[in-house]
Amino acid sequence: MLLFKSLNCSSSHLQSPVPSSRFFPSVIVRTPRTLSIRRIRTNGSISMACTDDSRLKRIAASIRVIPDFPKPGVMFQDITTLLLDPQAFKDTIDLFVERYKGKGITVVAGIEARGFIFGPPIALAIGAKFVPMRKPKKLPGEVISEEYSLEYGTDKIEIHVDAVQSGDRALVIDDLVATGGTLSAAIRLLERVGAEVVESACVIELPELKGREKLGDSPLFVLIQAEGV
Amino acid sequence: MAEEQSKEIVREVDSRRLAISASVRVIPHFPKPGIMFNDITTMLLCPGAFQAAIDLFVERYHCMHVSAIAGIEARGFMFAPSVALQIGAKFIPLWKPNRFPGEVISERYELEYGTDCLEMCVGAVQPGERVVIMDDLVATGGTLSAAILLVERAGADVIECACVIGLPKFKVSTVQGKPVFILIDPVS
Repeated sequence: MLLFKSLNCSSSHLQSPVPSSRFFPSVIVRTPRTLSIRRIRTNGSISMACTDDSRLKRIAASIRVIPDFPKPGVMFQDITTLLLDPQAFKDTIDLFVERYKGKGITVVAGIEARGFIFGPPIALAIGAKFVPMRKPKKLPGEVISEEYSLEYGTDKIEIHVDAVQSGDRALVIDDLVATGGTLSAAIRLLERVGAEVVESACVIELPELKGREKLGDSPLFVLIQAEGV
Repeated sequence: MAEEQSKEIVREVDSRRLAISASVRVIPHFPKPGIMFNDITTMLLCPGAFQAAIDLFVERYHCMHVSAIAGIEARGFMFAPSVALQIGAKFIPLWKPNRFPGEVISERYELEYGTDCLEMCVGAVQPGERVVIMDDLVATGGTLSAAILLVERAGADVIECACVIGLPKFKVSTVQGKPVFILIDPVS
């Protein structure tokens, strides 16, 4: 079950550090039995893709949902079927590039491993560096790490110490944001080395898992919202 | 005139390969003593060199009727999707084990110590489709071998493997009978 939000969204915060509030004029909610339109007003720095229904519809239709993974009750959003549709994959990249081209983004940081699929094409198209953010012990050079909590235990995310400079304007990319744990660790790590994280961008958000709250004031842009639980 | 144009093309391709080579960093003794690891992450920090690598792959494959580019997790993911997008092909991720929840086919392969496994989701390729397999680097060819066997078990035809870096021996020898297209020799 996928939610679309088709609306006009400001990108003014991409030029300034303070995000403005958002008013979403309409939401299309798809469920097995009903198709309804609701009006929502919200404050906060989340934004959805701007009105481009045909591309978003194709992207949403290409994502496969696999129930009960990684655990019972969770609906896994599988982007590999999107990658098998060259037009949907191109549209996905184009929507991100249209948003970020010409915004002075110097670094696209992709989170291992699915962030490595979307990040490099975006980086190349906007003329930015691509920086892989990896699990521990994968990067060969000197690294800087940020630890974050899992449901059980902790994990770490790492970058090379010389990959990102103070003053870099960074975009963080992953395929999906759920609880926001990995994304918020990525943001903290980039900010520790002096980068300005302009925005985080994901193909899919699972809003019920409240990743937006975890990110606080750090802007988040997604193409699709989905019911993940 | 044709000869001059041909020489100009060769010089341009060589200068791009030189730029790619210059952007690769060598990390001694990773992942173990004695190995001079070729780190491509520094290339990704140079948009010109990174774009040159993608362009060289796209120029080779855009007229070869390639249906899909399969990239090997994780560094293959950094190159293969850009090539797939530019030639209008599908991108197929070849995963390490247990990353992907759907139905998969697997291929085990030998490491120096122990074994590893590659997985591809069922239905990613159709019989008869023409596929190129990409990774950042080929050393022994073990991972590429497993990838070729995996994709061909699904009925597709692997026409070539493509790597940014590879030992010169792969210019004349094959992996599982498939040629390997390499941009640069290992940097030392």
